[in-house]
Amino acid sequence: MSQPQPIDVPETVEQHPEAGQKPHDVRGKSQGQLVRQRFFGNTGAVVSLAVLLFIVVLSVTSLGIGPIPGWWKWGPDATGTVLDGGRPTLSLLPPSLGEHPFGQDNLGRDLFAMAMQGTQYSLIVMVVVGLVAGIVGTVIGGLSGFFRGWTEAVLMRLTDVIIIIPLVILAALLGRLAISWVRSHGLPTFATVIALGLLIGLASWPGLARLVRGEFLTMREREFVDAARLAGASSGRIIFKHILPNTVGVITVNITLLMSSAILLETALSYLGLGIQAPDWSLGRLISENQTAFATRPWLFWWPGVFIVAIALTINFIGDGLRDAFDPRQRKFNPKRAREIGEGTDEMHAPTSGTEAASRGATEQAGR
Amino acid sequence: MTSYILRRLITAVLILLGASFIVYLMTAASGDPLWDLYGNPNAQQLIPARVEALNLDTPPILRYFTWLGGAAGCLVPFADTCSLGVSRDGQEVTELLAFAMTQTIMLVTVGTILAIVVGITLGIVSALRQYSGLDYGITFLTFLCFSLPSFWLAVLLKEVVAIQFNDFLQKPVLSMVSIVVISLVVALIWFLVSFGRMRTRLLLAGAGFVVTFGVIYFVLATDWLNHPFLGIPLIALTGILVAVIATVLMAGLRNRRALYAALGTVVLGLALYFPVQYAFKGAGLLTVLALVVVLTAAGAAIGYFAGGYDRGQGARVAGVTGFFVALLIILDRFMQSWPDYVDSSHIRGRPIATANSATPGFTGDFWTTGLDRFTHLLLPTICLTLLALASYSRYSRASMLEIMGQDYVRTARAKGLSERTVVMRHAFRNALIPLATLVAFDIGGLIGGAIITESVFAFTGMGQLFVQAVRNVDPNPVMGVFLVTGIVAMVFNLVADLVYSVLDPRVRVKA
Repeated sequence: MSQPQPIDVPETVEQHPEAGQKPHDVRGKSQGQLVRQRFFGNTGAVVSLAVLLFIVVLSVTSLGIGPIPGWWKWGPDATGTVLDGGRPTLSLLPPSLGEHPFGQDNLGRDLFAMAMQGTQYSLIVMVVVGLVAGIVGTVIGGLSGFFRGWTEAVLMRLTDVIIIIPLVILAALLGRLAISWVRSHGLPTFATVIALGLLIGLASWPGLARLVRGEFLTMREREFVDAARLAGASSGRIIFKHILPNTVGVITVNITLLMSSAILLETALSYLGLGIQAPDWSLGRLISENQTAFATRPWLFWWPGVFIVAIALTINFIGDGLRDAFDPRQRKFNPKRAREIGEGTDEMHAPTSGTEAASRGATEQAGR
Repeated sequence: MTSYILRRLITAVLILLGASFIVYLMTAASGDPLWDLYGNPNAQQLIPARVEALNLDTPPILRYFTWLGGAAGCLVPFADTCSLGVSRDGQEVTELLAFAMTQTIMLVTVGTILAIVVGITLGIVSALRQYSGLDYGITFLTFLCFSLPSFWLAVLLKEVVAIQFNDFLQKPVLSMVSIVVISLVVALIWFLVSFGRMRTRLLLAGAGFVVTFGVIYFVLATDWLNHPFLGIPLIALTGILVAVIATVLMAGLRNRRALYAALGTVVLGLALYFPVQYAFKGAGLLTVLALVVVLTAAGAAIGYFAGGYDRGQGARVAGVTGFFVALLIILDRFMQSWPDYVDSSHIRGRPIATANSATPGFTGDFWTTGLDRFTHLLLPTICLTLLALASYSRYSRASMLEIMGQDYVRTARAKGLSERTVVMRHAFRNALIPLATLVAFDIGGLIGGAIITESVFAFTGMGQLFVQAVRNVDPNPVMGVFLVTGIVAMVFNLVADLVYSVLDPRVRVKA
């Protein structure tokens, strides 16, 4: 990479000749290697990543995706006879799935299949939201931060206009628009899922745009950008080769946090009946359909909720791990490692509150 | 400064205009406003009537300007020209909004205050004990709160907590085994979140076990849940605890005068206990407020005159103690009405309500209606507190960590100040500055209502008004909700910036 690395304060502790004593720490590392190493050193983030991958693989393979069939025997809409009051048959000792591991509803539909479809759709919405909001937010924030002038004026006023409409209100209206558009064009119901993701994404970019703009504003004043400009680099080259790689941390972290609030927002909208519609299942719709049966069939309520919490929680932890990995100045001081290295405790590196605060602010939990 | 505020306000108006235009068009385009009438046998009359009433033959862009004209009338003071249009069912949006706003404010106020207080406390504590079990525990909890879907939490509280607690109240008996198990779990939690030497942690765990066991045993043995009381002994005990905590936090136990002033205030409160019971007969909100004010002022006065070298400190400590003692006395009076409330024909022994903002048809004196309010607000408030707590806790932790690493904190330590003074005077106050912005934003956003919580607990607040209007493809109420939220958000953004520049002189507004 052509730009100078940001000064990496805690790493110098390791790279110090007396303290390090590990020859491979002295060798230079690329930014990507450093980030990966720090990320995989974070137990919480790695465990979360594993759990999330497990959920993704489970939901995709069990029902299959598109034309590819999955290994699970029931479909999400197939009704059947209700066995044993629809009680879940999942057991850990001995480990077995049984006929209906998560139970059945009163029509005999298999909750595992419904929950897997809901998980799939919620994940799709989440990823689409992350992509759309990430791209739009980065482009708008980057353009206005780099070019300033009237570009910035126009784009930031646009951001102001969008940001003042509360996210839930905007997302609900856009969701309704998506549903009626899909219906009037006679598209398959699955299109609602994509459209919902697209439109929620179009509603949730302003926070990211503001952050990216701020990053670009500071980056464009840095010496390496001046140097590149003096060397005759075009604006495009400066943006893509010099500034963007340095802001990729902020962008990734915020897209992650945005995705975790997106899944909460999507399930909340579906719960209110303003999101994914019948016959498709969303985790939110599963809960709203089954909450009245709580007294008789509580499992219908528990499983979808557990999946929502698991997805959102793992993504939050991954985002936190990414933040620590990308910005070592904010990294948590690890007392165990400090003791191993034999340094004093005055290496406390408090997280710089501004950044964490700002990234949280951009993805403030949307639906209460 | 004035020109800055003026400029901000003008931009705000332009932004509001743009955003309201977008919201109006989106609502109008989001569906068919006549959808519910198509199957209706009277469709022939109803459809033209609604088209007439809502002016549906006009294109949405023109309708927006009609709406804007009506809304502009609100800017003329005392002219009674304010009109935000009518809803689909012919109600004035201004009236709908007024009702919804009172409901929403009632719902969110306590939850927000609790979330701020508890969240900041948790954040500060976990920052002060960074990387302890406590810190990890709080961090995990806040991440969990971030990831909880609000509707799931609300339904959970409603179906599990409320119903099972109500069932439990019918026959409040626990077996000895379950009491011991609960106490052991509490002791384990104490052990995990405590820090320091192993002996201290084991002692704390033991204390946790004994206290939990004792409290559960006491509550069950006296049937406290159905006949709650505080009485003089419990008020005295809690009051002394409050006095000591207030002294430790605000003055330090070495300031004996402050401690004695606070304890004196507790004694004064206890002396007032019986006279106040007479005053409470047929009392209303005013009497209650008067008691709080009188006791706080009396405490402050005692602290001021007994304060010794630092009168202000003594006054603060004793004043706060007086405030809490007054609350305890009022709480005790509410508890005295609890059996009457629970046994009344509307409640029938199931006090924790799961829907609405009040029991329909329930009437009673100030105390029982107050309890009715409390039982209805309890669950939504818990729900909102848990959801909002996480961000306050994370923010305050990050902010406190940053402050504790500052040079002036080191200086304060180096010149020999006690840890309490360093934390409470130098660090805590400065750590609160960034939170001022967050609080302002949050209050701005809250007026929009807690849509999901309102919907689960059947509160007819702003959120419900909005959701209903979106379902009905009814632009005027949507615009009303948006207008209120938008204006409040804009104003609080401005307030946040101004407050920040007042609190932190390093930040200057561009005049």
